[in-house]
Amino acid sequence: MITTTGLTKVYRSRGREVTALDGVDLHVREGEVYGVIGQSGAGKSSLIRCVNLLERPTSGTVTVAGQDLTALAGRGPRAGKELRQARSRIGMVFQHFNLLSSRTVQDNVELPLEILGKSGKERSRKALELLDLVGLADKAKAYPAQLSGGQKQRVGIARALAGDPKVLLSDEATSALDPETTRSILQLLRDLNRQLGLTVLLITHEMDVVKSICDSAALMENGRIVESGTVSELLATPGSQLASALFPVAGEATGDDRTVVDVTFHGEAATQPVISQLSRTYNIDISILGAAIDTVGGLQVGRMRIELPGRYEDNVVPIGFLREQGLQIDVVGQEPVLLVEGAK
Amino acid sequence: MSWSEMSPLLSQACWDTLYMVGWSTLIAVVGGLPLGILLVLTDRGGLLQNVVANKVLGQVVNVARSMPFIILMVALMTFTRWITGTTIGREAAIVPLAIGAIPFFARLVETSVREVDGGLVEAVQSMGGNTWTIVRKVLVPESLPSLIAGTTTTIVALIGYSAMAGTVGAGGLGDIAIRYGYQRFETELMWITVAILAVVISLIQFAGDFAARSLHGRGGRSGPAPKLRLLKAK
Repeated sequence: MITTTGLTKVYRSRGREVTALDGVDLHVREGEVYGVIGQSGAGKSSLIRCVNLLERPTSGTVTVAGQDLTALAGRGPRAGKELRQARSRIGMVFQHFNLLSSRTVQDNVELPLEILGKSGKERSRKALELLDLVGLADKAKAYPAQLSGGQKQRVGIARALAGDPKVLLSDEATSALDPETTRSILQLLRDLNRQLGLTVLLITHEMDVVKSICDSAALMENGRIVESGTVSELLATPGSQLASALFPVAGEATGDDRTVVDVTFHGEAATQPVISQLSRTYNIDISILGAAIDTVGGLQVGRMRIELPGRYEDNVVPIGFLREQGLQIDVVGQEPVLLVEGAK
Repeated sequence: MSWSEMSPLLSQACWDTLYMVGWSTLIAVVGGLPLGILLVLTDRGGLLQNVVANKVLGQVVNVARSMPFIILMVALMTFTRWITGTTIGREAAIVPLAIGAIPFFARLVETSVREVDGGLVEAVQSMGGNTWTIVRKVLVPESLPSLIAGTTTTIVALIGYSAMAGTVGAGGLGDIAIRYGYQRFETELMWITVAILAVVISLIQFAGDFAARSLHGRGGRSGPAPKLRLLKAK
C-alpha cells in the first residue's frame, strides 16, 4: 500500500548538510498497522512527512496505493493539483492535534470536505457520522479549547477520515497524551484499521504503541531502517533489537563462569516442559533470572532468561538441545559466536 | 465663544474626522491585509517563498513606515491631485492617510499572521489544501482576534495623523484645536476638542478590545504546540 524506495532527505542550511533519511526502503502492506520506532532525530518525522510529500525527498520514490507521488510532485516547490488530490486521499493525524481554534469540532471535521468541494448538507452528514464513530457525537458544537487531549485527538482522527482515505498516517499521535488516553486512542486506531480496512503507518518513540497495535514494525537509527518485519518475524530473529525491546527480560549473570541464555517461546514450543528436560538430560542446575509472558501484536509470547553453569564453550551441547526443541535462543553477550556458528 | 457658536464647529469637525478616518481605515485594511499576508508568505520558508519580492516589499513598507506623516502628505500632493483632483479638503486628506496607514497595518498583519501555528498550515496541506485555502481557512480566521486588535491600533493612529491633515485644509478635530485653540487662544474650545478625542479613542479601543476578546472566548490554541514558522508547501 505504501512503498518507499531509496528515500533520501538532506537538509541544507547555511552550508551545513544534515542527512535525515539515508536510503529508506519501506513496504507497508494493505490493511496492516505498521509502526516505525526510533529516538528523536532518527528521521521518523521526515519519513512520515515524505510519504505525503509535505517534505519533499531529495531522492527516491514514494508510492501510495499504486500511485507514484514523487512523480506527481513536479519540479516547482509548490504542490500541484494532482498531488493535492492524492494527499486528500491520505489521512494524517498529528502529535499536537492541529485543530483550528476558530472552528467548532464539527467545522474542523468538515474542513477536508470543504476542500473537496462537498455541499453543506453532505459535509454535516459526514462530519456527524464520523464524530459518532470516534465517540464524540455530543461535542459537535464545542470548540477545541473546551476538549481534553484525548478528545482533541479523536477529533483529529475524525477529520483525517473525512476524505475516506485508504491510508492513515499517524505522526506521534499519542505522544502528548497520558497512558490511559494513549490506550484508548490506540484502541480506536486498531478498531478503525479492522472496521474500515484502513492501512495505518504510525511513527512513535514508545515501544508500547508498537506492542499493542502494530502488525509490523521497523526500527530507525540515523536515517536508516536497521530492522523491519512483522512482529512475529522480528520475535523469531536472533539478536533482534526490536524483539528484545518489545519484550525485555532483565537479569544479570551471577558470575563470570556462567552462561546467560534468553529463551523465547511461541506457538507449540510454549507447551513443552523444556527446562526440566534440559536439567534432567544434562544433569545441570538452571537458575531462572527473569521471565514474562505477554501479548505482542496479538500473539502470546513467553520469554525466559536462564543461567547455566560454566562458560559458553561448556554449554554448546545443552544450547543445541534447546534449539532442537524449536525454541528461539539468544545467548546474551555472544552475538559474534552466533555469527560464526551461522557461517558453518 | 459661546456653546451655540462652538457646537456647529465641533459637530462638523467630528464628522470630518470620522469621515477621513473611516475611509482611510477601510482602504488601509483592504490594502494592508493582503500586503501583510504576502510579507509572511514570501518570506524564507513561507508558502510562496520569494526572497527578492519579500525584500522589495519589506523595504517599501519600511520606508513608508518611517516617513513622518506631514512630509508624506506634502510628498504625495501630485499623486493626491491625480486621484481626487485637488490637494485641499477632507477627500484629499484621505489619500495620504490611507497610504501612510497601509504599511503600518501591513506590519501589524504580518506579526499577527506569523503567530499562527505552523502545524495548522501543515494539517491543511495534508488534506490537499492549496495556498489560497490556507490563507482563507487558516491564516485569516486563526489570527482574527489579533487582526482586530491591529485594526483598533490603526484607527487610533489614524486619528492622530488626521490632526495633521488640518494643514491641508481637511478640517477635523485637530484642525479646530490648532486654528481656534492655539491661534485664537480659545482655550475652552481646545479642551473640549481634547475631551472629545479622549472619549472617541477610548470608545474605539473599548469596542476593539471587546470584539477581539469575544472571538478569543472561543478558546485559545488547539494544542500546546510552539508557534512555528510557516512551513513551506512542498
